Amino acid sequence: MYSQGLIGADSRTEETPEFLERFQARIDAEEKIEPNDAMPEGYRRTLVRQIGQHAHSEIVGMLPEGNWITRAPSLRRKAALLAKVQDEGGHGLYLYSAAETLGVSREQMTEELLSGKAKYSSIFNYPTLSWADIGIIGWLVDGAAIMNQIPLCRCSFGPYARAMIRVCKEESFHQRQGYEIVMTLARGTDAQREMVQDALNRWWWPSIMMFGPHDSDSQHSDQNMAWKIKRFSNDELRQKFIDATVPQAEYLGLTIPDPDLTWNEEKGGYDHGPIDWDEFWRVVKGHGPMARDRIKARRKAWDDGAWVREAALAHAEKRRARKQTMAAE
Amino acid sequence: MAETPLWEVFIRPRNGLSHKHVGSIHAADEVLAVQAARDVYTRRGEGTSIWVVRSADIVASDPDQAAENFEPTAGKVYRHPTFYEIPEEVGHM
Repeated sequence: MYSQGLIGADSRTEETPEFLERFQARIDAEEKIEPNDAMPEGYRRTLVRQIGQHAHSEIVGMLPEGNWITRAPSLRRKAALLAKVQDEGGHGLYLYSAAETLGVSREQMTEELLSGKAKYSSIFNYPTLSWADIGIIGWLVDGAAIMNQIPLCRCSFGPYARAMIRVCKEESFHQRQGYEIVMTLARGTDAQREMVQDALNRWWWPSIMMFGPHDSDSQHSDQNMAWKIKRFSNDELRQKFIDATVPQAEYLGLTIPDPDLTWNEEKGGYDHGPIDWDEFWRVVKGHGPMARDRIKARRKAWDDGAWVREAALAHAEKRRARKQTMAAE
Repeated sequence: MAETPLWEVFIRPRNGLSHKHVGSIHAADEVLAVQAARDVYTRRGEGTSIWVVRSADIVASDPDQAAENFEPTAGKVYRHPTFYEIPEEVGHM
């Protein structure tokens, strides 16, 4: 996303209290940090991890939906789903290049995803069992992603913020096409209504888990807030998402699968029932029903594409050599 | 693992505007770089022209020298039109 020229040349920082204080003062003044600026090692590491995970999530996120492209019920739906999945791939690429400005290579990030070392959003370790899942994913999963991503457009790290602005512009189409699918099914036959309610039942809890652990259990939160990598806490974003989504479900006559969900007049938002954090951590640690398949699919794509990458490089080299010979003659 | 070169991508949103940096892309050569840039950065009519430049070929100023490089201009207020007072009667100038 930015010239790599100076990166690696001297990225070491002397982290004296004065240096850290000066850095924090820049953040507090809402100054953006750009790739070649001096930054604390912790800031760099946090961003490499977060942007990398975010990029991996976009790439792995293509799999559950890609699974339905050939079975989309109409040409209109198929064209939209293809465009959406292509967008996810694009989002992954914007994000990888934002991470690369911090001195990590694409190959290194790919390697970490394929070896299982790097994490990606736990939501993609659930299976897409019916066409209704595609609607629910657009509505809830992309909806939750938008909630998370809008504040990231103001993240203190320039390349990440700029990538997120592009992503957010495109993401709105994803959520709307999802809701339209859900709406069509909710207004369809009994069987269709049942199918979409079943999808909502399966995806609701994983979607609200996407915001991460409760604030009281979130290990990185305070520092990330101070560095303005994060602008709102997990619970604040989750609350916003629930408050926005419940009326959208009611409008369609769908039931949110949370018997404890009640309007709290005093706080002006909904109270929700307990989240099954054991399930969350199981899935994060790679025990989700689809975890092995996802990584297997990514490895296969990488291995199957190896000859293309090699051929492209060999062809480029051949052309370069030919040009050189011609210039010499 | 052989590394595929990195390219910076510049897009002209429409004629009359300059090309603007939008991001980067990996590609083996300039032909593939333009194609990849088109796929990744112009899916919604963002542009009418694409430039790609090898990232390694970009020479950047050193941020540590930003003060020496750019601060002197802040002191040269006489370079701006508002530095000069022209009576109102003269009209717009």
